[in-house]
Amino acid sequence: MGTEKSVSELHELLVHKDLSSTELTRAYIERIHSVDPELQAYLTVLEDQALTQAAEVDYKIAQGEVVGALEGIPMALKDNMCTEGIRTSCASKMLENFVPPYNATVTDRLRAAGTILLGKLNMDEFAMGSSTENSYFAKTRNPWDLECVPGGSSGGSAVAVAADEAAFTLGSDTGGSIRQPAAFCGVVGMKPTYGAVSRFGLVAFASSLDQIGPLTKTVRDNALVMNAIAGYDPLDSTSVPSEKSDYTKFLVNNIKGLKIGIPREYFGEGIDPDVASVIQAGIQTLIDLGAEVGECSLPHTEYAIPAYYLIATAEASSNLARYDGVRYGYRAEAADVLGMFKTTRAEGFGQEVKRRIMLGTYALSSGYYDAYYLKAQKVRTLIKQDFEKAFEKFDVLLSPTAPTSAFKFGEKSANPLAMYLSDITTVPINLAGIPAISIPAGFVKGLPIGMQLMGKAFDEGTLYRTAYTFEQNTNYHTLKPNLSGEVLARGSR
Amino acid sequence: MVVADKYEMVCGLEVHVELQTKTKIFCGCTTEFGGEQNTHVCPVCLGMPGTLPVLNREVVNYAIKAGLALNCEIAEFSKFDRKNYFYPDLTKNYQTSQFDLPICGKGGLEIEVDGEKKWIGITRAHMEEDAGKLVHSGETITTSNESSVDYNRAGVPLLEIVSEPDLRSISEVLAYLEQLVQILEYTEVSDCRLEQGSVRFDVNVSLRPIGATTLGTRTETKNLNSFSSVRRCMEYEVARQARVLNAGESVVQETRTWDEGKGITLTLRSKEEAHDYRYFPEPDLAPLVIDREWVEKIRKTLPELPSARRVRLQALGLSAYDASVITQGKAMANFFDEALSYYGDAKTLANWVMGEVTRLINTNQSSMDDSPISAKQLAELLDLIDKGTISGKIAKSVLEEMYSTGKEAKLIVKEKGLSQISDEGALQGIIDGVISANSQSVEDYRAGKDRAIGFLVGQIMKATKGQANPGLVNQLLKEKLS
Repeated sequence: MGTEKSVSELHELLVHKDLSSTELTRAYIERIHSVDPELQAYLTVLEDQALTQAAEVDYKIAQGEVVGALEGIPMALKDNMCTEGIRTSCASKMLENFVPPYNATVTDRLRAAGTILLGKLNMDEFAMGSSTENSYFAKTRNPWDLECVPGGSSGGSAVAVAADEAAFTLGSDTGGSIRQPAAFCGVVGMKPTYGAVSRFGLVAFASSLDQIGPLTKTVRDNALVMNAIAGYDPLDSTSVPSEKSDYTKFLVNNIKGLKIGIPREYFGEGIDPDVASVIQAGIQTLIDLGAEVGECSLPHTEYAIPAYYLIATAEASSNLARYDGVRYGYRAEAADVLGMFKTTRAEGFGQEVKRRIMLGTYALSSGYYDAYYLKAQKVRTLIKQDFEKAFEKFDVLLSPTAPTSAFKFGEKSANPLAMYLSDITTVPINLAGIPAISIPAGFVKGLPIGMQLMGKAFDEGTLYRTAYTFEQNTNYHTLKPNLSGEVLARGSR
Repeated sequence: MVVADKYEMVCGLEVHVELQTKTKIFCGCTTEFGGEQNTHVCPVCLGMPGTLPVLNREVVNYAIKAGLALNCEIAEFSKFDRKNYFYPDLTKNYQTSQFDLPICGKGGLEIEVDGEKKWIGITRAHMEEDAGKLVHSGETITTSNESSVDYNRAGVPLLEIVSEPDLRSISEVLAYLEQLVQILEYTEVSDCRLEQGSVRFDVNVSLRPIGATTLGTRTETKNLNSFSSVRRCMEYEVARQARVLNAGESVVQETRTWDEGKGITLTLRSKEEAHDYRYFPEPDLAPLVIDREWVEKIRKTLPELPSARRVRLQALGLSAYDASVITQGKAMANFFDEALSYYGDAKTLANWVMGEVTRLINTNQSSMDDSPISAKQLAELLDLIDKGTISGKIAKSVLEEMYSTGKEAKLIVKEKGLSQISDEGALQGIIDGVISANSQSVEDYRAGKDRAIGFLVGQIMKATKGQANPGLVNQLLKEKLS
C-alpha cells in the first residue's frame, strides 16, 4: 500500500490524511519482510524506531501542523553513513559491531526534515566494488533479475528504491557507486558536486572523491532529497559555503536550446552495442524535445581508470589504517602489538579491501610516489581541464552510465581488472568533482539501462531540468520489476 | 677531551613546541594538561570512522607569530599532509602534519657564547597534531603484559622547528635552545612548561675530523625534555661516536633514545627499518592561503623580543650581564620594565630586582609571576631611599615585610617608625651623648687613628636603632671632633 509511490505522491497522501505515516511505515516494513530475505538490500531494519518516528509525524499532522516535503517519508541509508546508537558496519567484519556515538551530517539533516529511518543498507565492503558482491554479510540481488548483481557499491540503496523497500535512499559515490547501481536497477541516482553535500560521518573510502547523493524513483524526489541534504557544514572543511538552493525550481519540462555534448570517448570500445543504441534513442528523444546536440571530445578519458585507481587506493590505504583493533571494531588475539595489528587487519578486511590497501600503499611508497601517485594527480588535472573545455561549448554532457546492463553474479568478480573497467564512464566525473545523474533510459533484455548526464560544478539545476524533461516525456521510470510471484514465495518460506 | 682535539661536532635540532591554544588543532576539545585519561577527547580527535578535521585558525595565528619572531619567511600557500605510520598512540595511524609546503620557511636567531655572536639558521617550522600517550604496565611496549593509551594529548597543536646543522658545540646548542624557548615564551606562543612536555627536543649529532667539509654520519636522539638531558645526552653521544671513530669503525645512521636513568643513548631503530611515511596531501583539509594582511596584522601583535630588550637595557646603562639576567625570563623582564616606568634609575632598579627581589622569591620557592610585591610598590620603596626617608639597609627589611604582608612601603615605614633621622637638631644631642660616653675613642681619633670614627658612628646608629642618616652622622661627627 503506497510503497510503490514517489515521495511527492506520498507527501500529498499524508497531508490530505489519506494515509498516515504509521500506515506507510508499516507497509514498508511489511514489504521488507516479504522481499528482502531474497533481495538482501538491508543489513539492519529499525522497525520499532521507525514506527515511533512515524507516530510523531502523525501526531503533528493530527494537530494540523504544516509538514515538510520529506516529513513522515520512510527512507534508508547506506551502511557507511553514521547513525548514532545504530550499527554502522560498512558491510565489513571489521566494523561488524561498530555503533557510532554520533550522526553523519546527512543523518542529522534527514532526521531534522522529519524522515523515517527504516534501516541501513548493504554495500560493497567500505564502498569498494561495482557489484555489492564484496559485502561481508550478504550479496544483494537485482530485483529485475535475481541472477544479476544490483551494481555497486550502493547496491542495497538502489535495490531498496527499485523494489519499493524505501521511498528513497542515500548512497555514496566514489567512482560511480550511486550512478551505476541506479542504472542497473532502473532508478534515479545523483552524484552531486564534490563539496555540495557534507561528508561528515560518511566512513571514508577516498576522501577527495567520495560524495553522498540520493537514489529515488523520480527526478522530482531526487531534487527534494537534495534540498534536505545539500549545503555547507562547518564540520566538513571541504564542504562549500553556499546559499541553500531549492533544486525543485529547476524542474521545468523544457530543454529548448539546451546544448548537449556527446563525448565520443564514452561510446568507444567496451560499450555494449545494445546499451549504445538505447542511449542513441535517448539522445534522439532529447533532440525531439528541442535540445541542440553535438559531439565533443574528452581526450584524457583513457587515463581516467588508472589514475582513479591510484588516487582512490592511495587515499583508501591511509583512511583504512585506523582499523587496527586498538580502539573499536574487530580485534584479533595475538602475542604482541604488531601481531595484533596484522592479524586484525588480515582477518577483519575482505579480499577486495586488502587488494586496494596494498595497491595504495605501494603507490605512495618512496621511490614509486612520483611515478604513480603524483602522475595520477597530474592526469586528474588534465581530466578536469577536459571537462572545463567541453563545458565552454555545452551545458550538459551525455553518456551511458555503465558500459553494460547488470551482469551476472561472479561474472567479473574473478577478474578485478574487468570489474574496474565497468566504471569507465563514471570515474572521470569523480576525478573532476563535477555532478552527474543517472536516469532510467530504456531496457536491454529486460534489464534497465541508465543514461548519465554530467554538468558543470554546482550546476545540479541544469541536470535536474534535463533529467526531468526526459522523464516527463518517457515512461521508463514507471516500469517495475516483477516481484509478486516467485520472489515473494521464496522470501516467505 | 680527545673529541675537541680531533673532531668537530655538527648538530641540528628539531624542537616540538605545544602551541598555547585553548582547543585542539582539528576539534573543539580542550588542550588542558592532565585530566583523567581519555576525558579530553571526542570522535574527531579519536579519529573515529567518518569524522573529519576542521583546522583551528588560532593555531595558524600562533604559528605565524612564532615564525615572525624567529625571522622566518611566512608561506603564502601552505598545506597539510598525512604522514602514514602505524602506532597505537596515533588514532588514525597517520599524523596530520606538513611536508613540502610548511607554514614557516627559512629563518634563524642569534646566539652568544663566550662573548662571540653567531647566527643559527632555522630551516622551517611546520604545524602538526600531537599523538596520544602510551601507558605501559611494564618497562616498554614489547615487554608489558598490558598497555593502555591516553588520547588526551592527541590533537594538541604542535609547531616543529627544525634548525640548520649550524651548531658546533654543546654550549652553542644550549644557548640556541635557551634563546628559542625564551622567544616562544615572550611571544606567548607556548607556555614552555618543559616539565609537562610542552617543549620536546630531537638532537641530530655527527662528528667529522677537524678541517673536514663533508658531514659525518649522524644519529638522531628523540624526545628529550630538559636542557640538562640535552647536555648529558650530547656529551654521551659525542663521546660514543668519537670512540667508534677512534676504533676505526663507522657510526651507524639510526634513531636513538635517551635513557635518563642510565645516562646513555640506545638504538631505537636503524636506517634499514626506517619508516617510509608515505606522505601525501591531506584531502580532508583545503590548502591554506595566507594573505599578507593576515601576516602584518599578527606582526603588530609581536612583543619586544629578548634580544631587542637586551639592547635597550644596555642603552639605559645596564651591563651586558645584567641585561641578560633581567631578560632571562619574561616575567622578570616585564616586572623590570613596569617598575622602570615608575622609577627612572635603571641600574639601581636592576640591582634590586636581581638581588633582593630575586632572593625573596627564591627563598620562598615562588616565582616572579606571583610575586606579592608589585613593580609599582618596589619603585615606591626605592623612591623612599632616594628621598632619604629610609636607608638602603632599612629598605631591605621593609621589602621583606612587604613580601610577607603585601603592605605598601610607606605604610610599613610609618607603622614601624622606621623613618630616617635627618634632623640635625635631634642628632646633635645623640652625638654629644656618644662623644661624652666614649672619650677613649675620641682621643684615639684625635691622635690620628681614623678607624675610631667608625666605632663612634656605629654607636650613634645603635642609639637611633639604625634610623640615623649615616651620611649626616658622619658629617656632623667630623665637624664636632675637628
